Amino acid sequence: MTLSRLVDDDLELLLLIRHFESALLELFGEGKLHGTTHTCLGQEYIPVALEPFFGRGDFVFSNHRGHGHYLSRFRDPESLLAEIMGREGAVCSGVGGSQHIRREGYLSTGVQGESLPVAAGVALTMKSAGEGALAAVYIGDGTWGEGTVYETLNMARLWCLPLVVVVENNHIAQSTATEKQMAGSIAGRASAFDIAHHLVRGNDINQIREQLDSVFAGVRNGAGPVVIEFDTNRIGPHSKGDDTRDATELARVREHDWYSAYERQHPAQFRAADERQRELIDTVVRSVESRPASRWDNS
Amino acid sequence: MGQLVSIHERVSENLNRALHSAIGADKQLYLLGEDVCDPYGGAFKVTRGLSSSYPERVLSTPLSEASITGVAGGIALSGGKAIVEMMFADFAALAFDSILNFASKSVAMYGVRLPMHMVLRAPSGGGRGYGPTHSQSLHKHFIGIPHLSLFELSPLHDNHDVLEKMLTRGEPCIFFEDKTLYTRRMYRDGQIDDIFGFDYIDEEQNFARISIDGYQKSDVVLIAAGGMVERCLQAARDLFIEHEISCQIIVASRIFPIDPDPLVPILSTAGLVCVVEESTAGGTWGSEVAHALYERMWDELPGRIELVHSKNSIIPTAAHLEKDVVVQTADIYRSVRSALHA
Ligand SMILES: Cc1ncc(C[n+]2csc(CCOP(=O)(O)OP(=O)(O)O)c2C)c(N)n1
Repeated sequence: MTLSRLVDDDLELLLLIRHFESALLELFGEGKLHGTTHTCLGQEYIPVALEPFFGRGDFVFSNHRGHGHYLSRFRDPESLLAEIMGREGAVCSGVGGSQHIRREGYLSTGVQGESLPVAAGVALTMKSAGEGALAAVYIGDGTWGEGTVYETLNMARLWCLPLVVVVENNHIAQSTATEKQMAGSIAGRASAFDIAHHLVRGNDINQIREQLDSVFAGVRNGAGPVVIEFDTNRIGPHSKGDDTRDATELARVREHDWYSAYERQHPAQFRAADERQRELIDTVVRSVESRPASRWDNS
Repeated sequence: MGQLVSIHERVSENLNRALHSAIGADKQLYLLGEDVCDPYGGAFKVTRGLSSSYPERVLSTPLSEASITGVAGGIALSGGKAIVEMMFADFAALAFDSILNFASKSVAMYGVRLPMHMVLRAPSGGGRGYGPTHSQSLHKHFIGIPHLSLFELSPLHDNHDVLEKMLTRGEPCIFFEDKTLYTRRMYRDGQIDDIFGFDYIDEEQNFARISIDGYQKSDVVLIAAGGMVERCLQAARDLFIEHEISCQIIVASRIFPIDPDPLVPILSTAGLVCVVEESTAGGTWGSEVAHALYERMWDELPGRIELVHSKNSIIPTAAHLEKDVVVQTADIYRSVRSALHA
């Protein structure tokens, strides 16, 4: 895979997410994290590629695998790590944890599929406001098992809502391969509702943006909902220590990792940025770890 | 085979063995759920090995809680039996319509008794830091539905028997499995520790009773289901050692419908009766138990029945916040002490 050169800012964001996620798995390994977490290792380029398309007035709905979505929108690893560790400075006081987060123009929740109709509701109010804002909702391929996905697509098309469904198709849901979960295809399902479907292959961020520029413009101009499907790879475990894929399959998905490819192709730019982000995350981890427990006003 | 089983068997292993025997013994029994197949064997590893032994009847499903519960209804309608694993009990909310409006009603709404052999397994409760949508105790939302029975996983009740009861009941059952129990050990042979032992107070063995060896009569009777056993036991230990307050703990396997009769002789000699549950207050199992006891033995009760619940709150993720909300040993201890002093 050839990856075009990124502006420094994009590369730094990509690496910020990578080191954030790696740090989480390490913290888990050391027994310093409680509960569960889902890292987006291998998929970081998706929210980074989409980031410039989302404006202040837009609303992004994330899911369980949402750290990259959050970091792209806010570039604020401290508030997220504090949330996951239940420390002072947590974005939701430590109540929501890794998968229940709300911040201006952003929300995630832990029940798969549940945010789709909510995103449609937000999109409906955006349509009425007529200011060209849109709602985007990230879902995985596995979430297409939920009936609410189809009820929402139907309404979104009928009402011509400014809704972008971003599918991170990593070909697996928890432990089950997509071909064992999904009859037909995502494209076919979108087409059944007369909804435009765009398949994104590869992880070249510049190219992805070029491909999607007109798609986002269309949604803002009243063209109705779209499904953008990223053909991607989850290179880490579903949660932590629960990867049952065999060595060949793991080797195959790792071949698609942008990290090593970019390092090979743009070594000088990569090394400096990688070092910076690694250090930054180290500092964030140390700072958050040393903070007192978060406080929650539960009245 | 029985002798080979170590007394240290974990609760999840006991349940897993019970599932193996049930599915092995009945060719009409299916198990459906997300990621239940090997090598993953379910999010909590309870279904390990099943799909390798019975690939055609143990099926990993798409993320479709509402519909897999409906499919189970179809299997039951065809005269078969089905077990559905909800990955987390919280998602039983998605299957609520199928349970309430189809499975349980079908037992009676066509004018004849139609047996519906199906069990919804529901890994429940907090204490693991999974956060607000993965930690609830949903029991109360399913209480009082005609033709729906509720059971709870317990370290005192062998799952072979419990599963058999649920699968032959002829009406749908929900099996609440407190997630904190999976890695705990089963208790056997009437033994708990150096202070406590246990027996069963009814022929069905629905109610296990934990009591202090040698004590006939107790100051306090705690009534709970499986998930609360460890916390009740610790509170009972502390109350005994620190204040010489003797507690019995009644552990129900079937929690609904409630048959209070076997409890009467025990409760009528107690100084305090207290029902402990992890649910938030309001329309709960605990209040239902109290009501059944008031109806059955108002005059013989020592006084008002004390109820212990979690705080009226969503379940936060961070450990320190979660602990503050979800019933802990100290909450049980404190409730008993203050009720005895009142
Ligand atoms: C309604 C519901 N069912 C099941 C789960 C448990 N669960 C969490 S993530 C997941 C797999 C999701 O797969 P996919 O949508 O492909 O996203 P990915 O994890 O691959 O990013 C499952 C089964 C859930 N959170 N919500």
